[in-house]
Amino acid sequence: MDFPQLRAQFPTLEQTLAGYPLCYLDTAATSQKPKQVIVAMSRYYETDNANVHRAAHQLSSRATSQYEAVRDSLTDFIHAKRREEIIFTHGTTESINMVAHGLIEQIKTGDLILIDTAAHHANIVPWQELAKRTGAIIKPIPLTDECRLDEAAFDALLQEKPAIVALSHVSNALGTLNPINVLVARAKQAGAITLVDGAQAIAHLEVNVQELDCDFYVFSGHKMYGPTGIGVLYGRFEILDTLTPLMTGGEMIKSVSFEATQFNILPNRLEAGTPPIAEVIGLGAAIDFINALPRADIAKQEAELLNYLQTRLKQLGDITLYGANDNNIGAVAFNLADEHHQDVGILLDQQGIAVRCGHHCAMPLMQSLGIKGCCRASLGIYSSKEDIDRFIDALASVKEMLL
Amino acid sequence: MSQVSQPSQETFLALKLDSNEILPLFEQASNWQERYRQIMLLGKALPKLDEAYRIESAQVRGCENTAWLYHSAIEDKHYFVADSDARIVKGLIALLLTACHGKTSDEIASFDIEGYFDMLGLTGQLSPSRTNGLFALAKAIKAFAV
Repeated sequence: MDFPQLRAQFPTLEQTLAGYPLCYLDTAATSQKPKQVIVAMSRYYETDNANVHRAAHQLSSRATSQYEAVRDSLTDFIHAKRREEIIFTHGTTESINMVAHGLIEQIKTGDLILIDTAAHHANIVPWQELAKRTGAIIKPIPLTDECRLDEAAFDALLQEKPAIVALSHVSNALGTLNPINVLVARAKQAGAITLVDGAQAIAHLEVNVQELDCDFYVFSGHKMYGPTGIGVLYGRFEILDTLTPLMTGGEMIKSVSFEATQFNILPNRLEAGTPPIAEVIGLGAAIDFINALPRADIAKQEAELLNYLQTRLKQLGDITLYGANDNNIGAVAFNLADEHHQDVGILLDQQGIAVRCGHHCAMPLMQSLGIKGCCRASLGIYSSKEDIDRFIDALASVKEMLL
Repeated sequence: MSQVSQPSQETFLALKLDSNEILPLFEQASNWQERYRQIMLLGKALPKLDEAYRIESAQVRGCENTAWLYHSAIEDKHYFVADSDARIVKGLIALLLTACHGKTSDEIASFDIEGYFDMLGLTGQLSPSRTNGLFALAKAIKAFAV
């Protein structure tokens, strides 16, 4: 695999900031986009722009076939059983909201919802809203001292027969990989509906929803080299078909009179209004891009780089790494001595280094770590050893300034 | 931003930031490292806000890191007390207050905050980013002075 050639496909990476070449280590927040994604979206607007599913004309027909072809690509990409199991949303957050809202008529007072303590807010708050409306009870699944999901505690909670179990495939703040197949299997055995937040996993790991056997799997386009504003809700057909639509109108309607409205069948039933057509097409290009890569080589390269990043951080000294760090995917969280993460972030930014600093939209996790926030360096397929060397050099100069 | 209680008038008046002393330090700074060293030193000019005042109602919305801002109008002039956990943000707040503290509504309203930071070689610090509360603080200061 020619990694420099691969990196050259990302135009954003070829720029300097205040005299420093950009060193982008914030892929977990959003990935950069390869040219072919940008070109696919421009091409749609330049030659095919029309609404989907509606008009009789040729532009609409072209737009519709491209849009629906992406649903087919996604079906294969995550190994769904049927194309109707793929719902386009605007992102992971909307996908989880659609599920949480969609189960409103199936959840009753006293039902238990288990959520991952390491989850980001998007996989906490929609469940809290569902609990508020139904009288269900939320319980967080505790973490071990190493910030792994505490499997013994999880098993004990499963004894209480939860109605829903919402898990992260990979923690967004820490990069910790959960043993998701095992966890889903146990949750299913306990009779729970299972949702897996794959936002941080989908760009790095091959996902097979049939093998995983979860009820829902959700992710965003923009973290997998695709555009913002597009996400996916995968749902096992039988349960997806029971969701109460969060949004109504447009494509999700079969017939309307002032007496009664009939909803469309899946997938349209859950895709109200005009969808983000260009973004779906861009996501399709991102899938083509990923599919053309030797995924085993990429995974190996990413694992080596992450290992190198951890090693160099440890060598630098005065660094606290959070999480277990022996099974990370894509990201490493750290703080420099007792320095505020924001100070570190600003001083890195002055040197063209982009990392995330803050609570990473995972306040409960930060509380359980006893910190207000931390810095996170995250990698993508375009990341290089030079990026890491530059980052460590910059961090060394930050250390020199602050300590 | 409604505040139930706030620091005493003396606390507001005690803060002195002499722009004639402070600004030349930035103009003379030859590189970004020097500018940020000055920012961190300047941050020390702001006294640490008493724990009792580090309350949610005084937090500036839009800061992912925590920053608190109190305002008092004394004899038609605006005075501020502010603090942040982050050293650089605190220094940037002090720079902001250097231009606004003890000024009239008209002076604050006509103050070009972005131009000020650009002039100090700190272009880009005033972006409406949720991780950098300075933009929100600048807006809050302007809002108090209306």
